[in-house]
Amino acid sequence: MAARAIIETKTLTQIYGMGDARVAALDGVSISVHEGEFVAIMGPSGSGKSTLMNILGCLSRPTSGEYFLDNEDVSGLDKVELAAIRNKKIGYIFQSYNLLSRTTALDNVILPLQYDRTTERTKEEREEVATKALGMVGLADRMQHQPQELSGGQQQRVAIARALVNEPVLIMADEPTGNLDSKSGAEIMELLHDLHNEGATIVMVTHSSEIASHTQRTIHLRDGKLDKVISNGKKAKK
Amino acid sequence: MKSTEVFNIAWAAILKNKVRSLLTMLGIIIGVAAVIVMVAISAGTEATINEEINSLGANLVFVQSSFTRGGAGGAPEGGLVYDDAAAIAEGVDGVGGVVVEQTASETVKSSSAVLDGISLLGSTSDFPSVRDMNIADGRYFNELEVDRKQKVAVLGASLAEELFGDSDPIGQDITVGTTRLVVIGIFEEKGLVGDVDYDSRLYMPITVVLDKFAQSQFARIMGDRVRLIYVEVDDQENLDNVILQIELLLAKRHDLPLEEADFTVTTQQDIIGTQEATTAAFRSLLAWVAGVSLIVGGIGIMNIMLVSVTERTREIGIRQSIGATPSDIRWQFLTEALLLSLVGGLIGVIVGVSGAWIFGSVSGMRTVVVTSSIILAFGSAALVGAFFGYYPANKAAELDPIEALRHE
Ligand SMILES: Nc1ncnc2c1ncn2[C@@H]1O[C@H](COP(=O)(O)OP(=O)(O)OP(=O)(O)O)[C@@H](O)[C@H]1O
Ligand SMILES: [Mg+2]
Repeated sequence: MAARAIIETKTLTQIYGMGDARVAALDGVSISVHEGEFVAIMGPSGSGKSTLMNILGCLSRPTSGEYFLDNEDVSGLDKVELAAIRNKKIGYIFQSYNLLSRTTALDNVILPLQYDRTTERTKEEREEVATKALGMVGLADRMQHQPQELSGGQQQRVAIARALVNEPVLIMADEPTGNLDSKSGAEIMELLHDLHNEGATIVMVTHSSEIASHTQRTIHLRDGKLDKVISNGKKAKK
Repeated sequence: MKSTEVFNIAWAAILKNKVRSLLTMLGIIIGVAAVIVMVAISAGTEATINEEINSLGANLVFVQSSFTRGGAGGAPEGGLVYDDAAAIAEGVDGVGGVVVEQTASETVKSSSAVLDGISLLGSTSDFPSVRDMNIADGRYFNELEVDRKQKVAVLGASLAEELFGDSDPIGQDITVGTTRLVVIGIFEEKGLVGDVDYDSRLYMPITVVLDKFAQSQFARIMGDRVRLIYVEVDDQENLDNVILQIELLLAKRHDLPLEEADFTVTTQQDIIGTQEATTAAFRSLLAWVAGVSLIVGGIGIMNIMLVSVTERTREIGIRQSIGATPSDIRWQFLTEALLLSLVGGLIGVIVGVSGAWIFGSVSGMRTVVVTSSIILAFGSAALVGAFFGYYPANKAAELDPIEALRHE
């Protein structure tokens, strides 16, 4: 039985600039990612990885092409609808953590719950859900700490808790270990693999073929085009 | 996002830069406080003047003398004379009373006290009704007593107290300068009206004042000339008719054509009208000052909000990436701008109200804090916040998430 498709794109194209300055950052990329899959995206600098991630993460819209997220066509949605999709369906993990400064770990994790218009939750319920998410990433004892009081690895854990808190169908990670030393990086990868083992669908950009090799598939981009897709021979766990 | 949460975020942002927020609010604070203080001063002045006018009694017509300087002796030529008043009383229909006044200053002695520099007010018998003064005890002098230059006196309330203490002054003698007068009445307390203390005065027939106490050089060359005749009209409806009659009568008596009259006739309405025009001019000047300072305050808010949006571009990007919609972001910054202007407005109200009070007690001028000025000033502050906060808030809302996230 084929697993449900979470990501399904058809000839995604992203054009920047006009005339001589015209750059096709993405040029007809068609990929699909199934539920429960852990996929790595690799490619040289400027090959369009971040551009693809932005579109898949609903942070921007492609110039042309189609994108189905969880069987919903999101390529034609407006800003407000995209914001709702980002809030409910996608958890985004950035290389530079992107936590709100001078805001406690708990409040950072509560943030997506505050922008959730579809679920009514009391303040206490939100704190409970956020506390649980922070517990899952092993930061139960750091909830009242602000980002500047946390190590890079801990900050990235807070960011992961924030990405998880609305139970998204897709987790996007753009070089999540890029700013970390190898030990913290390994811990973050371990955490992502744990999430994957619990059924999460993850798409991750990485420059390390070692890290990519631990995922199920690696999608290689070159000059905005799909270069090759390599199966790493791991089974999706369900 | 709930409005309480939006409020908390905005409030936290304001508290984070306390000094900057305060400086930003300064324009609004000054604008709001200025409105309240200025309106309080103008309302106080207006109230004082209204009281003054009302205390003169209603339906008054003022006939004013316009002298021309005479020849060698310097004696003035033309103008009103004492007999003109009597002629108006007799020859004009619809007149309730006619009063002529002449003031002087003298030493007043009773059996128990000597008071220097008491102001004497000589008038005619209609004075109490025309000037709205009530007799507490005894009576005022009548027309006959004025004609016969009877040496009778009526005391202001506080003067009676000072001259006679607890004993009854009616029927007692007082010596004014070197002239003996009999006290025949006491006025009720009137209090200060404008800057005139009616209670400390001594009232007597104008003929007596002209005869005995008009000692100054000026008074002597004036002879029986009077500066001002008060005419009370018995019905407001008759006002124009009475004025016309007075003008015709006096022109005839003075043997002058109306265009060259040596007097002018004005009504209380004219005075109130002038007063209202002055107040209106002051008010509109005030509105301009307030408007300009509020706009300057608004521009200050806009400026700081634009800085704030730039500083927090990354924060905006983060919020967008986890699901904040453009309107979430717009509300967040609009709330911050509104809060700045409202807190500024509130401080402005406090500063304005206490400023009006302090100004009043330091300068001795009367100030009346007007509630509607507080509401107006505060409301304008809110409006300014919303108006000038909208552009920065909208700019924040329109930011592209990716570019915002890339911002350092
Ligand atoms: N906003 C933009 N305007 C113009 N060109 C852009 C813009 N964003 C990206 N590009 C161009 O699109 C191409 C792909 O950029 P992208 O950021 O997706 O590469 P990348 O694979 O993420 O590279 P890196 O590994 O360095 O992060 C590059 O040539 C880049 O210059
Ligand atoms: Mg990139």
